[in-house]
Amino acid sequence: MDFWSFIGIWVAAFLTLSIYSVLYRDNPFYRFAEHLFVGVSVGYGIVLSIYQGLVPFALKPLWETVETGAPEGFIKLIPICIGLLFFARLSPRHTWLIRYPIAILIGFGSGIAIPNVLRANIFEQTRGTIAPFAEIAAGTLSGWGIFEAVLMVVGVICTLTYFFFAVEHRGPVKWLSKVGIAFLMIGFGSAFGNTVMGRVALLIQRVDFLLNDWIASIRALF
Amino acid sequence: MKRQVPLVLCFVFGIVMILTQFSPHSVSQWVYEEVISWVLIIGPFALVLATVTLIQTHTARIRRRTEHWQYSFVVFAGLIIMVLIGIFFTPQNSVFEWLYNNVQLPMDATMFSLLAFFIASAAYRAFRARTFEASLLLITALIVMMGNVPVGDFIWNKVLFWTPWEDGVSWWRQWILDNPNLSARRGIILGVSLGVISQSIRIILGIERSYLGGGD
Repeated sequence: MDFWSFIGIWVAAFLTLSIYSVLYRDNPFYRFAEHLFVGVSVGYGIVLSIYQGLVPFALKPLWETVETGAPEGFIKLIPICIGLLFFARLSPRHTWLIRYPIAILIGFGSGIAIPNVLRANIFEQTRGTIAPFAEIAAGTLSGWGIFEAVLMVVGVICTLTYFFFAVEHRGPVKWLSKVGIAFLMIGFGSAFGNTVMGRVALLIQRVDFLLNDWIASIRALF
Repeated sequence: MKRQVPLVLCFVFGIVMILTQFSPHSVSQWVYEEVISWVLIIGPFALVLATVTLIQTHTARIRRRTEHWQYSFVVFAGLIIMVLIGIFFTPQNSVFEWLYNNVQLPMDATMFSLLAFFIASAAYRAFRARTFEASLLLITALIVMMGNVPVGDFIWNKVLFWTPWEDGVSWWRQWILDNPNLSARRGIILGVSLGVISQSIRIILGIERSYLGGGD
């Protein structure tokens, strides 16, 4: 094990134990790790967004334009200037200028969302819900498969009914909505179970790190 | 200038993004890719502004000597070290990678694993089978959790060895995820998506203007 790997294991172990110390109660070690986490995460996010957005899409084309003299790259100055308008937020008199880049980002987001959400979340999900009925019509689905296909349609309709507030939930609508709640509870239970297991897996990974990597590094000292 | 131009910009960019996705023409594709690159250029500026706000907040904490103000220096230290090394030596630099692997990644995993403890106490309060719905939630969560790990299989087989469902917790878990869980999720996805589309149309047409904020 080289020197920097050894130091890395000790730093990671110290920060891991500092964060777990909050399970006892709030303390200076936890506060140190918490604040360091905020700073490091923000710094990492900035570096990544600059190297994945600004450098390849703005600075590189601009630099190539300067080198070759071709004017196409100068178009990148427009988004750079629009981006700089975000800093108008720091001047009370010019704060309103921040609306320009925000409006562009929101307009872009809304425009890109409509066709994609329509395609991926509405058409594809509806297709997935009713597709097994083609197999039922062709006679290729077993009895259990037919039950699952019907259950899927009933679940989707009942769940949607629960969120349908244009009519009062009385009579048959009330019962459909009640079945919808049952499906939702199964959905939330599954999500809860998966989340718990995901977090427990992370916990096991951290404990495994402490017991194997960190303890091994202590043994390596002696 | 202050309100009308942003509304026009929002409308133009929204309509352009919708239209270019339906046209395979080379000009349309060039516009589509150009707009995406514009957004990828503008985005980091928003993040830098957010960081400036974070710095202002912590500077104010230090100046006013509020409780635990000393830790604001730790925020600055982490931020400055990551940004300086990352920007001047690129993210592929070995020191930047060392900081990511030995400082950020362990803290990230540990912070999220803390939820395992908090979720246990939340589950104790939430998982009391008082009603039919709460019982459904409880049973589903138990089956999904047990089906995820070998010890769950072991417990299931010890308890249900006398039933036809012996040795089947993994199968039941997968069946729940693929059928009732998926149908509920599809219902939620369909509802949310219809909401997203209607809200997007309202934004593009300038009916929804809350993103402009108050003032002139």
